[in-house]
Amino acid sequence: MPGAAQAAAINWNPWRVPRLRRGAFAVWRRNVLVWRRLVIPSLLLNFGEPTLYLLGLGFGLGHFIGEMGSMPYITFLASGIIASSAMTTASFEGMYSVYTRMVPQKTYEAILATPLEVEDILAGELLWCATKSLFSGCAILTVAALLGVVHGWQALLVLPVVLLIGLCFAAPALVMSAISPGYEFFNYYFVLVITPMFIVCGVFYPVSTLPYLVQDFVHLLPLTHAVALTRPIISGQELQQPLLHLLVLTGYTGAFYYAAVVLIRKRLIN
Amino acid sequence: MTDPVVVAHRLSKSYGAHVVVDAVDFAIPRGKCYGFLGPNGAGKTTTLRLLLGLTPKSGGELEAFGLPVAAHAAQIRRRIGVVPQSDNLDPDFTVAENLRVYASYFALRGEGLDARIDELLEFVALGDRSDARTHTLSGGMQRRLTIARALINEPELVVLDEPTTGLDPQARHVIWGRLAELRASGTTLILTTHYMEEAERLCDELVIMDNGRVLARGSPATLIADHVEPEVIEIRGENSIARCDPLNCRTERMGSSLYCYTRDPAPLLAALHDTHAQFIHRPSGLEDVFLKLTGRELRD
Ligand SMILES: Nc1ncnc2c1ncn2[C@@H]1O[C@H](COP(=O)(O)OP(=O)(O)OP(=O)(O)O)[C@@H](O)[C@H]1O
Ligand SMILES: [Mg+2]
Repeated sequence: MPGAAQAAAINWNPWRVPRLRRGAFAVWRRNVLVWRRLVIPSLLLNFGEPTLYLLGLGFGLGHFIGEMGSMPYITFLASGIIASSAMTTASFEGMYSVYTRMVPQKTYEAILATPLEVEDILAGELLWCATKSLFSGCAILTVAALLGVVHGWQALLVLPVVLLIGLCFAAPALVMSAISPGYEFFNYYFVLVITPMFIVCGVFYPVSTLPYLVQDFVHLLPLTHAVALTRPIISGQELQQPLLHLLVLTGYTGAFYYAAVVLIRKRLIN
Repeated sequence: MTDPVVVAHRLSKSYGAHVVVDAVDFAIPRGKCYGFLGPNGAGKTTTLRLLLGLTPKSGGELEAFGLPVAAHAAQIRRRIGVVPQSDNLDPDFTVAENLRVYASYFALRGEGLDARIDELLEFVALGDRSDARTHTLSGGMQRRLTIARALINEPELVVLDEPTTGLDPQARHVIWGRLAELRASGTTLILTTHYMEEAERLCDELVIMDNGRVLARGSPATLIADHVEPEVIEIRGENSIARCDPLNCRTERMGSSLYCYTRDPAPLLAALHDTHAQFIHRPSGLEDVFLKLTGRELRD
């Protein structure tokens, strides 16, 4: 059967293109079920952190700064934090939790004995990481609305954007999990990638205040594009080049998801 | 005779230059219990991973349910239940939730599922522990839960990698009982083990593997008849060994014991009685075959 032999060759190729299938939702649901049990401490984290940021930095610093980017500083900050929180939430989940399930807990080994495959597991994980970003986004939006910094119902549009931001940062986190020999490894990624983005991508001050050369580089980073979407949506300003930003976030998601699938196939199916 | 459930022809697997499964042939008949017996590192787990499509083969053919494994791995896994060598229950869930979540990976849900879960928990004697977290279970209970989990998709074939290693005799007997019931109900079983007693009790047919090669195959009884003399006298202690002369026996030394294999034990027995030597006289078993074929030196 030449057909079968060909199919076999394709089946073992770790580079084969992942298919998106329903099985991913089973993995997503598994994580939702675990989360339900820990819902109180999770919500505390989701609401507590942004409240502290917005109250402390927003009102404290805001008192001296007044306006930034033609909006009250607290609005500027809230609309940036909603993007950066989506980033950190998805990154944490995509590294520490995914690695825990893959290596010490051997959950993926158990799942791979069923009809599901690596691409299904990772698609489910990706969606779950983004779902956690969405929870954090909802919390920040609520806190921001209560503090009166949100301008109108159009701000709800930020939620699907937050989901996309979650996907966009979960995917590289999965790649880190795929190549990680242990938990300590993730420190590099946080110190070298996540924290610098947090500082330079326009969360706390406009990117336009940076030197030109740095700006060029910063415009390649996904968080810059994330903030460029969340800020106008929350503050009620007009979106600039929304398609470009959506495309960048989607591009990062797709490329890193694919890389994670290839790497984890090589790691687990050997 | 129906078609075999699994057929391997010159199946091979290497990691770099290390040949782990070396041109192995086997055909596993439906409804039987088929064993892979071998010392540590023989290639048992790797053979099972090949069968589940969890590792690419390096050569040969492998079919399950008449389908080439490589091209239909997911489809084949849908019809197989797996008990891995080390338990990988989901620690984030209770006993019953473990089964329910695992069922969702097979896209099983709805009315029948709760009843099926109750039934499976009864089957493995965990009916009263359904709300316990898995880390509160003993090793034997975890193993039984893993077996229940392997049955959630009503598999035609159940693959068990050392199902009773590390368990106490009671726990082991419970599991043997359940496996015998499963087989009686028509499920095909594949199991790996280092326990001769387990293989002798459960397996209709088995292969003895070492260093990736099949050394012998057959039913436990034929293996014993083909490879060793029917009776063995085991003489214990240097003093006892020094005092006797093993007449018309094939002898093997292990530790401080001398094993004398023979068809006619009478002369040696008579001699031993006179010398007050310490000895045991018993029929030969699978262990004797295993030790003869795989050698007596320590592994690893
Ligand atoms: N992923 C891998 N990479 C390299 N070598 C491997 C890999 N998996 C297994 N091996 C090697 O293959 C050989 C056979 O391993 P396998 O796990 O199949 O043995 P086994 O018969 O199941 O042994 P045990 O009784 O200890 O479980 C061993 O020498 C092992 O080191
Ligand atoms: Mg093994």
